[in-house]
Amino acid sequence: MSDRAPVPLLALRGIGKSFYGVRVLDGVDLDVAPGEVHAVVGENGAGKSTLMKIVSGGYVPDGGTIEFAGRSCVFGGPRDAQRAGIGIIHQEFNLLPERTVAENVYLGHEPKRRGLVDRRQMLSRTRDLLATIGETTLPADAVVGRLGVAQQQVVEIAKALALDARLLIMDEPTAALADHEVELLYGLVRRLQQQGIGLLYVSHRLTEVFDLSDRITVLKDGRRVQTMPTTEATAEDLVRQMVGRELSSYYPDRAAPEDIGAVRLAVRGGGNRKLRDIDLDLRAGEVLGIGGLQGSGRSALARALFGVEPFTTGLVTIDGKPTRLRSPRAATRAGIAYVTEDRKGEGIVARQSVLDNALLASRAVFPVRSGRAARTVRVRELLATVEVRAAGDDQEIRFLSGGNQQKVVLARWLALDPLILLFDEPTRGIDVGAKSAIHDLVRQLARAGAAVLMISSELPELLGMSDRMLVMRDGRVAGELPAGSTEEDVVALAVGTVSEAAA
Amino acid sequence: MQLVKRRPLPPQLARVRSGGLLPLLAILVVLLVLITVRQPDFLAPASLMSFLGRSAPLILLAAGQYFVIVSGEFDLSVGSLVTAQVVVAARLIDSDPSRTWPVVLVLLAGGLAVGLVNGLITTRLRVPSFITTLGMFLILVGAVYLWSNGAPKGGLSEEFRRFGRRAFEDVPLLGRMPYALVILLILATLAVLLMRSDFGRVLVAVGDNPRTAELSGVRVHRTRTIAFMLSGLAAAVAAILIGGYSGVSFQAGAGLEFGAITAVVLGGVALGGGRGSIVGAMLGALTLELLFTLMNFYGVSGALRPTVQGAIILFAVAVSTRRSTSR
Repeated sequence: MSDRAPVPLLALRGIGKSFYGVRVLDGVDLDVAPGEVHAVVGENGAGKSTLMKIVSGGYVPDGGTIEFAGRSCVFGGPRDAQRAGIGIIHQEFNLLPERTVAENVYLGHEPKRRGLVDRRQMLSRTRDLLATIGETTLPADAVVGRLGVAQQQVVEIAKALALDARLLIMDEPTAALADHEVELLYGLVRRLQQQGIGLLYVSHRLTEVFDLSDRITVLKDGRRVQTMPTTEATAEDLVRQMVGRELSSYYPDRAAPEDIGAVRLAVRGGGNRKLRDIDLDLRAGEVLGIGGLQGSGRSALARALFGVEPFTTGLVTIDGKPTRLRSPRAATRAGIAYVTEDRKGEGIVARQSVLDNALLASRAVFPVRSGRAARTVRVRELLATVEVRAAGDDQEIRFLSGGNQQKVVLARWLALDPLILLFDEPTRGIDVGAKSAIHDLVRQLARAGAAVLMISSELPELLGMSDRMLVMRDGRVAGELPAGSTEEDVVALAVGTVSEAAA
Repeated sequence: MQLVKRRPLPPQLARVRSGGLLPLLAILVVLLVLITVRQPDFLAPASLMSFLGRSAPLILLAAGQYFVIVSGEFDLSVGSLVTAQVVVAARLIDSDPSRTWPVVLVLLAGGLAVGLVNGLITTRLRVPSFITTLGMFLILVGAVYLWSNGAPKGGLSEEFRRFGRRAFEDVPLLGRMPYALVILLILATLAVLLMRSDFGRVLVAVGDNPRTAELSGVRVHRTRTIAFMLSGLAAAVAAILIGGYSGVSFQAGAGLEFGAITAVVLGGVALGGGRGSIVGAMLGALTLELLFTLMNFYGVSGALRPTVQGAIILFAVAVSTRRSTSR
């Protein structure tokens, strides 16, 4: 096994990186031997992406050393890393769709003859390159835009190899692939290994990590927890090491069973571009937590329910009545409210006053429901109830803290007396005090009979707030968990070490 | 949130009070002083009233342009729309007084229709409004030439022209009060009220952040389209006043779109939307007219107008960007 390899291809020692005073990586060591697949796993925000960007020259580390092929390296930019022999395959491909495979592979360093591009040589070299990684069915003169995702990935890899890459970084390589294409990738990874190419493999999906890797490094909060041979690791260990923290903060009491009422919102077989086979019951009086990794479909679910990117298949009922939620306006009229995760980008109108922000939905959707003066009085009361701290309600909202902005957004929705509230990361970027105020508000709303769906990346928050949880993976509901589940349960479902039945 | 017991000022007034318009008012006063130095009787009721009446079209266009700009778009088509309306009015009326009122209605409907098309193309087809309305500008110019074979036909009736050139005589204190000024005062009041209504507040929110507006249930496309229609309507009224005041020509509306945009920017309204008041936009137009009057009194060539407008746009946008980024 490669951990005994005499000369590592890549040796990182004590790598550290901070952004704006926040330590993202702290003293990380990592080796990759030639022909080794070294997997890096960790939660969202554990520092995986930053580490990969440092290795591929995207960031310069604050501390530590990078040794590549026995030489100490300082990468000033991605080109330096490329020249040294490090290639990176991003989740998002970096290909020109209108050009051929060969043109993409040799983009920027085309073989030349008398100053002109030698197309024949470019094609034949591309064919050779593809043959060395066992891809004989992919025509070198095919237009990339017409290829499937898996084949485009092959082009990306060939592109890196054309630059004589000896280390390849693969960032979530299966994220874009269909199930049958993953098998093809496995074969490709094995052949790259046989060529003596080292691979740094970043993935959320533990199945792949176990199938492919020789060693696994677990990152957590920017530090390396452990590096171990894959043969000695178990999924349970990994999950515990990835999560491993204490549940400490205070959360309001959960709903008593008798407080939970009838099903208010039900989805059967809901699906769209990002979601498949969503079945969901949301009851009056409960807080339903939605867990899952970034990109697992959590936000897509909330956005489908709010009509931003509606379900294209399946049935949605509200209080038993079939309802079409085609637009945010339609959803609002149906009694749904949505607090977005991107507060600055789509939650507030930054240069308008606190009052204008709080009145926005009322003005837009129900302009004539009640007298304007009475409505304004009511919204002022709501702003006071949620305890917004501002110089006055004619102050522009952008001067408020994140927590106070969020309270204004909340007041905007409460003014419409919604029956169903969708919260997407309601406490992201909010200080601790405001955070627990928002937790209390969410719980009060549920107690008052609202049906609450709450998405959170923060496991303690998710576990602390939810009466029950759905965990999403790959656009589906991977499983349901009752209150009192552990962080490990959630992560296990999210990364797919247990199937739905086992949960 | 402190619960304020006294009745707070409405948002529009609060903004005026908060000093957003103070620089503009200062410029206005300086211009007035400079003008009266040269022409001491400028502030006498008679000349002031006639100045305000003359300024009415640009002030109305600035108000129309304000709706569009504050919602995050542009309307470059208003100048050629004014020209088209004047030429069309002349040909349709053909000096027949009985056609005056029907043609006025046709012009108003035409203004709304052009705005509707601008709005639909911008919102539904996602063509940037700068391009949409530039295209509309060219289409209207070409269509008017084609329709009239290169020279305006027909003529306006005296009944039509009185809106732009007649006045209420013997008004106490003021003496003569042009119809144009009365029309301006009525429409300006309506415009201010509209901006205080739910529609107005939502319109500004759309310009500030259309994503947030959409996710709060606002029909962003419809709201912006209505803004274009209001601009078209303002152009129609301006055309009626201009036709009456200066008669029929292919130059009737030339350059007015830039005049209106300059006025709006001068009034402290942010290009890109979401900030600024309609009162500011209209005061901006008044300031611009005063500036032109001043140039006139001091014998500066009228040919310099575009240069002055261009300089004002650049300067005002630079100042406002600086102000908003430094905060």
